[in-house]
Amino acid sequence: MSEEILFDCLHSQIVNYCLNVNKTAPESFTSQTQPPEKEKDLSTLEYIGYTTGYRLIERLTREVPRFKDELETMKFVCTDFWTAIFKKQVDNLRTNHQGVYVLQDNAFRFLTRISPGTKQLEHAPKYVAFTCGLIRGSLANLGISSTVTAEVQSIPSCKFHVQVSRN
Amino acid sequence: MFPLLSHRNHSNMATCIAIIGKDNTPLYLAISDMDKELDLQYRVHAALDVIEEKCSSSTKMNIESKELYLGLLYSTDNQKIYGYITNTKVKFIVVVDSGNVALKESEIRTMFRNLHILYTDAICNPLFSPGEPITSKKFDKCVRNILERQ
Repeated sequence: MSEEILFDCLHSQIVNYCLNVNKTAPESFTSQTQPPEKEKDLSTLEYIGYTTGYRLIERLTREVPRFKDELETMKFVCTDFWTAIFKKQVDNLRTNHQGVYVLQDNAFRFLTRISPGTKQLEHAPKYVAFTCGLIRGSLANLGISSTVTAEVQSIPSCKFHVQVSRN
Repeated sequence: MFPLLSHRNHSNMATCIAIIGKDNTPLYLAISDMDKELDLQYRVHAALDVIEEKCSSSTKMNIESKELYLGLLYSTDNQKIYGYITNTKVKFIVVVDSGNVALKESEIRTMFRNLHILYTDAICNPLFSPGEPITSKKFDKCVRNILERQ
């Protein structure tokens, strides 16, 4: 149990750090031409997730046979990959077979410690940004370029929308 | 008694180990005999085509072809070329001397497995940026160990 809480603590500290770095930056750096601060913070978090996912998937797929297609890859992300990080599987995976996948986690680990309620919903985006990057990074290394967005309707459940971009 | 001398009497386990990235850029190349460098590079290049053919989705996917280990890609009079591909489309290519008859298939498999483990360790180095050639000295040393072991 103790090693699980470590990851939670590290994650929430990374979130706090990323949100605070830009706040303390001098006024001159935050000119009007730059994107709104919140967006910038989240993209930092997303990028950290991306690089983590990119490296992690290399290790996790070492003992796995080659994936047949995109759906098989997504299934791997929902089961083995998710278990390695969150100690549980994704509860539901849906797809329209045209490049859109919806991963639903009914008790998303980073949201389980927040009390459920509509008031807390505004805090949800910063706790899911890292995971969006994680999914995007792992898929990118497996040869699927995608856009990942998250949707939180009620804490602690969370839906990740993966839109595969085909060239 | 004289391990160094006895080593010289045997051929190396492999003559060349190459790691090729997902977009077919060379990430790493280790060669035991530098005089044959160009020749071995040609072998590796030719092997990439064979790998591509083996992995293309148009060919039938049987159980065997789902393995990461691709087996013997092709052989020439003097060399045998083996291949391995990770799920992230990184290719490992090993060129072995045909004269080395003592080398078993299972040893080749083990060699690839060890290579893969070394590679994933190198990737997880925070100073390594994905897609760049691998310059880690530790990695190089370990791969050369594989190369020269018999």
